[in-house]
Order: sequence, then structure tokens, then C-alpha cells
Amino acid sequence: MMGFLLALVTALFFPGIILRVKSMASGRKGPGILQPWKNIWVLLHKGSVFSTTTSFIFRMAPVIYLSTILCAMLLLPFPGIPSVFGFQGDFLLFAYMLALGKFIFILGALDTGSSFEGMGANREALYSMLAEPAFFILFGTLALLTGHTSMQQIFESFQFVGHNSFIIGFIAVYLLIQIAMIENSRMPVDDPKTHLELTMVHEVMILDHSGFDLALMHIGTALKFAMYGLLIANFLVPVDAGIMMEHSPQWLVQPDKGLAATLGKGGLVVVQVVVYFLIQVIFAALIGMMESFRARKKMAKNPQFIVTLSSIALVAFILVLLITFKMIS
Amino acid sequence: MENIAILTPVILSFFILVIPSGIRYGYTLLVTLFIILLTSVPAANTLFHPSQAALLYLAGGPMGSITFTLDSLSAFFILVTNFTVLTGLLYSNGYLNSYRENKTPARFALHYFSYVWLHISMLCVLMLREGTAFLIAWELMAVASFMLILFEAEKRSTLKTAVNYLIQMHVGLVLLIIAFLLAESATGKFGFDALPVYFSAHPNVPLFFLFFAGFAIKAGFIPFHTWLPEAHPAAPSHVSGVMSGVMIKMGIFGIVRVLTYVQSDLYTIGILIMVIAVFTGLYGIVMSIVQTDLKKLLAYSTIENVGIIGTGIGLGAIGLGLNQPALTILGFGGGLFHLLNHSLFKSLLFYSAGSVYKATHTRNIESLGGLVHTMPRTAALFLFGSVAICALPPLNGFISEILIYYGLFAGLQASSVFQTMSMLMTILALAMIGGLALFGFSKAFGLTFLGTNRSGLHVEENAVTPGMLFPKLLIAAVILLIGLAPMLFLSPLMGMIGVQFHVNPEPLVGPLVFALSKISMMGIILILFVVGFLYLRMRVLKPAKVAYGATWGCGYTAGTARQQYTATSYAANFAELANPALNERTDYCEIPEEEIFPKKRSFSLRPTDIFQSVFDKITDYSMLALKKIARLQTGNIQHYILYAFIFMLIIFVLLYLNII
Repeated sequence: MMGFLLALVTALFFPGIILRVKSMASGRKGPGILQPWKNIWVLLHKGSVFSTTTSFIFRMAPVIYLSTILCAMLLLPFPGIPSVFGFQGDFLLFAYMLALGKFIFILGALDTGSSFEGMGANREALYSMLAEPAFFILFGTLALLTGHTSMQQIFESFQFVGHNSFIIGFIAVYLLIQIAMIENSRMPVDDPKTHLELTMVHEVMILDHSGFDLALMHIGTALKFAMYGLLIANFLVPVDAGIMMEHSPQWLVQPDKGLAATLGKGGLVVVQVVVYFLIQVIFAALIGMMESFRARKKMAKNPQFIVTLSSIALVAFILVLLITFKMIS
Repeated sequence: MENIAILTPVILSFFILVIPSGIRYGYTLLVTLFIILLTSVPAANTLFHPSQAALLYLAGGPMGSITFTLDSLSAFFILVTNFTVLTGLLYSNGYLNSYRENKTPARFALHYFSYVWLHISMLCVLMLREGTAFLIAWELMAVASFMLILFEAEKRSTLKTAVNYLIQMHVGLVLLIIAFLLAESATGKFGFDALPVYFSAHPNVPLFFLFFAGFAIKAGFIPFHTWLPEAHPAAPSHVSGVMSGVMIKMGIFGIVRVLTYVQSDLYTIGILIMVIAVFTGLYGIVMSIVQTDLKKLLAYSTIENVGIIGTGIGLGAIGLGLNQPALTILGFGGGLFHLLNHSLFKSLLFYSAGSVYKATHTRNIESLGGLVHTMPRTAALFLFGSVAICALPPLNGFISEILIYYGLFAGLQASSVFQTMSMLMTILALAMIGGLALFGFSKAFGLTFLGTNRSGLHVEENAVTPGMLFPKLLIAAVILLIGLAPMLFLSPLMGMIGVQFHVNPEPLVGPLVFALSKISMMGIILILFVVGFLYLRMRVLKPAKVAYGATWGCGYTAGTARQQYTATSYAANFAELANPALNERTDYCEIPEEEIFPKKRSFSLRPTDIFQSVFDKITDYSMLALKKIARLQTGNIQHYILYAFIFMLIIFVLLYLNII
């Protein structure tokens, strides 16, 4: 629940930070941090225009899309706090829940009968299909390394694996950032700022949405970013004080008192939340920077790029096999 | 008493042929209900008390008595079979209505008669252990389904497909006969009872794979699947639903039954099954995506799902070989659960596709589109089935796939690198199959039902009668029940696997029930979210201004329906990636330079099944060879006497040389 609530809070400023960083990188001042949510608020109260081609699928799509994202967020743990909805293999439900949202989202786009939206839907289906294996191999790797299959246990024991976890963690965080970019249709797979329908993926799929429905779509996107940020934070936010002490510089950890004693239970949570928000801000800024300084790939090159992620995940898996001495002995 | 119980349905079934055509359907329904009642009650009893001794029916006959054995495995399959046969029959009445004008009542009589006999033969296959009786039942099943496919026999392609089906089924039958004979020559018993004796004294792998090949032709594992994508579309839709939903599962039943007798080399067998199954799954879904015939698309997706079921069974066998009960239970449990689920959503999809065919008289997705406006209920049910088959929560497909995933993730923690890697590769394949299924079914649903009609096709109003909707709603209700309360189905399944494979499922039941209850909780939360947001949306949109207009056309307002994405273009970027597996054929002739005013041209792109082309090549060559041999047939009596003389001469020489 804690993770869910924190992610909801994060979603409030996440798109704003991306926008601000992008503006600053292009030499402008940029809008306020909350501007995207002000836009959403306006949209929520606006009327709608529906295409006469559309059916109930089109009207249901944004609602189901947003609901699946909320459900997926509920599944995510927060370091050190027992998760309410976690169970063995909850990451499978997480992945399939998001897949359900995408499925409905794609159908919503096809419902308009527009050739542009058909194109976007088709690309979205292809990219998410290609990105799925990377996520599964990544969790296979983590399951092998830690011996657990629920996200809560994976992340908790992951930090106790030892120094080896650094390199796996690095790869995992890298992969998750890339997957987040693909799933949200951002650079380098898709450019949200493009103005040509032929080159859009996500934007072209919501061309016919308006008012309340469009607002739900935007909320979904913001939440999705915060959700991936939370997932990444699970790797990096210290689970307990012991872990924190081990990786803290000497001057911070008083030899006689000890950090754990100084902080106490409440203090630990404060530190965790601070670290969490720091990570989310860095993540958002990183996306802004990536979008400012990176070019979008050619559409035809995208599949190659996405499949590469699976290969990187496989490398991580083999690395774990080496670490656990299965391959050598 | 038992004699009467067994013979009654057989005798009753013959009256279908002579009864007045007005009450024929009702009578068939009654006979089927009687058979279902007769078998379901003991089957349910056996399934819920799997440790009790198998129920026996003895029926005396002229050739000695036949023993019907009902153990928990048969009981599970009987229940699955009965349900789909019932929904198929309920659906058939409305579906066949439009044929009543131009088909004779005799054709209908034969059709319903074959339908009942398909049902009886499947039940016999499930309960007979003695070799001859089993093989006769197996053969009856093939013949009955052959008759059912032939309903539209006046179409040449249907006739060809049906004969092709019959021939392939007989190749399978021959393989099974050989396998049973091999076991008999070593043990003196003909039938499944010979197998435990044979397997304890002989190498297990060869005989098992002989059985596997025989059963795999029915089940549709590659490379034995080529009849399946042809036969399913050719059959009437309720028959496709029953064939895909339960009849091909008889092949799976055979494989699992033989597996219960295998004594050694289970690890090797398991790995091999898993490899075949993974490739079956991938190939099936890849081929499914590029199809433009709606029922052919579903048929290939059947192959994919057989692959998923096979993955579970292979995993179970690996668990037996390694003596890891967790893998056995999760593998077989997931596989058989998926079998149940597949029989539900695939029959639902086939029935819905049948309704589309009935209303539009075409199965070509390229000329469909926009059906959601004219047949919204069929569209909703097809969507429901699509979500289930893509293994998306909160429906049933997800439950069985997650069990298989559990097994695979449990198998990751192995001591050997080989096992760990093969588990990871299977996880990878399953994840890919999941993504591809989503791609395929977004195409199947999106292009058939959404957008606008691509070809100005006339859609018959009221083609779908309430009688056709009822069985589909029934299936949908069961799908939702399994999706939201999977715990109910877990304990009989676990009990059955425990008894069949001599493992103790108890330690796993607790964690599984916990996980499944969390999954169903998330499903309910999802539904609550959706309902909540829909309510909110209604409240917000009520006072707001809502306008209607054309779809955004990028400033171009004269767009036509033909500019929409088509089934081929939707699959194009994927087809490019998967080209090596697809073997797509293009029929197009380039415009030569001297042709100043290009004439009308056509372009066609069709995917071909590699395995089909391999088989075609083999038959082509053998036809060529046989034609050469046919030169011997001169029609000249002197030549034939000469042949007889040469034959005797050869025999004489061989005898003289002591060769024979």
C-alpha cells in the first residue's frame, strides 16, 4: 500500500519534471511542475467528441487501461514494508495486468477505423510483444539469484546477496529504464513531440480521444512512469539500516552509536522515503535529458533495439549462473 | 444392469436416423443429455474422491466382456468433454438453421447421428483400456468426426480436406497399432495393461515416442499438425468448436495415460516433449497471426495452445524424472488445467466465429470489419474469449498459465546448468507466445469487429438467435468463474494428479490456494476499479457537451473504408520479422517497361505452412514414382502372366539360395 500511495504522489510531479528538464535543455524556462495535471484537470471537465465509427470498446478502453495500471501498482512492494497484495509470482500478474491494459488500449485505437490509429496500434502491439521477454528473463534472473518469486522477497533478499548484486542491479535498473521508455512509448522508440501521424506510436492511438477519456489516458501515462520508477526504486532504496550502514561512507556511520540506533524505526522510513523521492526525481530528469539529447530511431530499427534488451537480460542471467557457480562447478 | 446402461445410448442413437425431422434436434439433445448424465455423475464422484478404486462397468458381449474403467484421469476428461459437447449441440440448432432449405433431412439425420457417435466414441476412448476396444473407439472417433466435417460435402475443398483428415488419422492409428503390438509381443497382453510390464523391462523412450507420434497426430503437435488448420475451418462451427475444444485433447489424454505407465528415462522424455511443445506453441501462434481466414486463425491458435498444454506435460514428466513433486504437480496441473480452459475459450471463439460466418457468409477478415455495430453481443463474447485466450487476468487462461510458470520458475533452482537453461528458454518461449497471442487476437478481434466494414458486405440482421447466444453465455460464465474463483477447481485437479502420478500434492496446496486467492482478489479489485471509473465517467459526461463526428482523418475528409488497416497490413511488420518461419508466397507480376498503360493487376500474399509443403513434396514424389510403376499395368493378359511367372521364379531362386 505504501508503494502505491507514494507512486500516486510521485505521479503528480513526474510529467512536470520531464517537461521542465526538456524545456531547460532546449533553453526555455518551461511551465510549472504541476502544469500537466492542470491540463488533465481541464480535460476532465471538458465535453467530448466521439467518432461515429466507434463503439462501446472505444468508451471502455481508457477506463480499463487506467484500472489495470492502478492494479499493477497495487502489486508493487515498498522496501521493508510488507506488501498487502504480494504473493509467489506476483510479477507475472503485474506483467499480464499491464498486458491487459495494452490489449484494450490497442482495441480502442482500432475501433476508430482510422488507418493512422491502426498503424499505431499495430506498432504498439509489436513493440510490447518484443519487450515482454526481456521483463520475464530479468525476473527469471532475479528469481535464480535470490531463490524467491514474489517481488517483495526478491527485492529484500536481493540487497543481501552481497557485492555481486551491484552488477546485476545495474543491469536490472538499465533494463527497467529502457522497458519503461518502450512501454510508455518515449524516446528512442517513439517521440511524443512528433507532429506527423505517420511517425507516431502512442500519440496516434489517442488522436480520437477527447475530454474525460483523454484525461484518463494522460493520468495512465503519468502513473505508468511513477510505477516503473517505484519498481526501480525497489532495487536501490535500502531495505533496513544494516544494508544502509554497509554502503554508507565512514563519516556518516558513527562507529560507537551506529546508524540503526540513531535512526530508529521511524527514522529509517523517513530515510527510505527521501531516497525514494530522490530516485524518482533523478529518473524523471534522466528521461527528460534522454528525450532532449537522443534522436528517435528509425521505425524499422526499433524491433532490433527492443530485442537487444532481451539479449542483455540473457547476459545477466548467464552472469548469475556464473556467480552462483552453477556454470563452473 | 450395466449392460442396459451402456447399450441404451447406443440403441437410442440409431433412432436419430428414423425420427421425424421436426423433433430430431430435440431428440438428439435428449439422448446427449442422457449420455452426459450417465457419465458425469460417476465421473464427478471419481474426481472428487480420486483415491477410491476405479469404477468398473462390465458389459458381456459376443466377443467376451468389455471393461469400462473410470479413474480420475478419465473422469476429468469426461467432464471436460461432456460440457463442450453439450454447448456445441445447443449452439448447432441455431447455426444449422440457414442450411435447412437446401440440405435434405437425411443429411441432418446423419449429421446429428455422427455428432452423438463422436460423443460416445470419445467417452469410450477415455474409459477403455483393452487394446482392440480402445482402437475401435479411436477409429470410430475419426470416422464420426470425418462425417461431421463432411456436412458441406458439395464443396470440393471440404471433401478434399476431409479425406486428407481421414488419411492422416489412419497414419496415427497405424502408429498406435504398431505400438500396442510391440508391447504385446513382449508381454502377451494387448492394451494399456501391457504397458507397465513392458516399460519395467524394456527401454522406455522408443515405445513412448511411438505412442507419442500416434497420439500427437490427433493432438496437433508439429510436425503432425497439418490436417488441423484445414479441417477446423472446413467443418461447421459447432463441430470446429468440439473438435478443437475436446476431440484433439484425446491425443493429449493418450499421451498422459501412457506417461503414467512409463517407468524410467522420464527426464529425457520430459525434455523432448517440452522441446516439441515449445516449438509447437511458437509455430502455431506465428502462423496464426498471418492468417486472414478467421477460423484458420483460430485453428492455428489451437496448435499454439496444444503447445502450452504440452509444455506443462513435459514439465510434469521432468518432475517425475528428477523426483521433484513440485514440478510434477505444477506441470501436469497447469497443463491439464489449461486443457480445460482451452476447451472453454476456444469453443466460445469458434461459436462466435460461426455466428460471424452465418451473418456475413465469409470468414475472410480482409472483407469484414465494423461488426461490433451490427452484432454487439457476438462481438462482446468474442472479445471475452480473446482476453481469456491471451491469458490475461481476470479470466481463466491466466490461471493455468501461471501454474505452468510457477513450475518453470521452480525448475530454475536446479543443480544442472542444462536444466536451468532449458527452463529459462521455456519461460522465454511462453512469454513470447503470450505477447504473440496478444498481437494475434488484437488482430482477430480488432479487424473483424472494429472499424468499418471493408467491403460493403451485407450483414444479415438477426442471424444470431438467442439459442446460439445461450451456450456462449454459459461458457463465458464458467470462464469468469474459473478466473475469479480458481481455488474451487484446484483440489480435484491436485487430487487427480496425486493419484495418477503417485505424488503428494498436500504441501503445495496451501501456497497455491494463497496465491490464487490473491489473484482472484486482484481480479475483483480490477472489476471494482472499472465499475467505479465507468460510474464516474457517466456522471461527468452527463452534463458535459458530447458531439459526434467523423474519425480524425489528418485533414482529409474523403477517406473510405478501404483505407483502413487490413489483416495483412496489421501482420506485415511482424511477418517481416518472422519471415523464415512463414514461407510467404507472393503472386504478383511486375509491370514491364514497355507496358505504357498498365493493365489491371492483382496482388496476393499468402502464408504457407512449411510442414504442409514438405508433406506435399513427399506425396508429389511418391505420386511420380507410382506413375512410373503404373507402366507395368499394360492391360495385356500375357504381361500379367509373365509377371506371375517372374514372381514365382524369384521365389524359387530365393528359396534355392536359402534366403527365405
